[in-house]
Amino acid sequence: MIIRIMNENQYIVPSLYYDDINRLDNEIVKLIAKGDREGFKEKYGELIALVRKNGVPMDVKTLKESDLIIPPADLTFEEAQKIFTGEGLIPG
Amino acid sequence: MAGLLGRLTATIKAKLSRLLDTFEDPRETLDYSYKRQLELQADVKKGIASVITARKRLELQKSKLEAGIQRLNEQAREAVAAGRDDLASIALQRKMDMMAQVDSLTAQIEDLKRQEDKLADTARKLDAKIELFRAEKETIKAQYTAAEAKVKITEATTGIGEEMADVGYAVQRARDKTEEMQARSEALDTMVEQGTIEDVLGNKDLVEKELTKIKNEAAVKRELETLKQEVGR
Repeated sequence: MIIRIMNENQYIVPSLYYDDINRLDNEIVKLIAKGDREGFKEKYGELIALVRKNGVPMDVKTLKESDLIIPPADLTFEEAQKIFTGEGLIPG
Repeated sequence: MAGLLGRLTATIKAKLSRLLDTFEDPRETLDYSYKRQLELQADVKKGIASVITARKRLELQKSKLEAGIQRLNEQAREAVAAGRDDLASIALQRKMDMMAQVDSLTAQIEDLKRQEDKLADTARKLDAKIELFRAEKETIKAQYTAAEAKVKITEATTGIGEEMADVGYAVQRARDKTEEMQARSEALDTMVEQGTIEDVLGNKDLVEKELTKIKNEAAVKRELETLKQEVGR
C-alpha cells in the first residue's frame, strides 16, 4: 500500500499494517470529536511513526498514485478539525 | 477507509477526477499538468519570499523593542539620580512588559524559520518532479497510441495531481502563517510607536496575571535598589 505523508514523501507500507492504521484512524476521529488535544497529538504521532517505521520511502522521482494520503506530521488540532467541516484540508 | 484519512483521500481524488474530466485528450492533460506545475513552482518561490519578509519584519520589531528596553534602563537610572523613584518604577515596569514581548517575538521568529525550511524542502522536491515530468511527458505522449499508454497516463497524471495538491497545501499553510505573523507584527508596530505595550498578558488567566504582576513588582523593586546603590543614594 502506498501512503503519502503530506509535505514529506510517499512510503510503501506492507498491507498487514492496514488494520493498525484503521484502528488508529478511528481513535483519532473519536479524539477530535471529544476535543481531546493531548490525546489527538499522541495518537497522530503514533500513526506517523507507524508509517515511517514500517514503510519504505519511495524514490522522490516516482510518479505513482497513493492509496492513502495523510496530513503532515505537525498537523495541529485546529487543522485536523477543519477536515471535518467545509471543503477539507486542501481548498480550491 | 472511514474517518480522517478516508475523507482526505476522497477530497483529493474528487478534485483530481474533476480536473481529469475537463480534458478529453490525455496529451492535453499532460501539458496542462506541466503548466500547473510551473505555476506552483512560482507560487512556492513567492511563498518563501513572503515568509522571509515576515521574519525580517519580526526581527526588526525585536531590535526596536530591545532599543526600547535599553532606553528605559537609562531613563530609570536618570530618574533614580534625580530622586524620582516613582518614575523609575514605571520605566522598569514597562521594561518588564517589553521583555515579555521580546520573548514572544523570538518564539515567533523561530517558528517562521521552520516554515521557511519546510518550504525550501518542498521547492527542492518539486524541482526534481518537474524536471522528471517534463521528460516523461513527451515520452508518454509519443506512446499514446499504444493501448497500455492510457493506463500509464492516468497513473502518472494522478500522481502528479497528488503532488500538486501536496505542494499547494504546503504553500497555503505557509501563507496562512505569514498573514497571521504580519497582523501580529503590525499590531506590535503600533504599540511600539505609542511607547507603551499594554495588556501583554492579555491571554493569561487572572491568577497567572496577578502572579506575574507580583513577580514583576519584586523585580522592579530589586532593580530600583541596585540602581540606587549604583547612583550612590
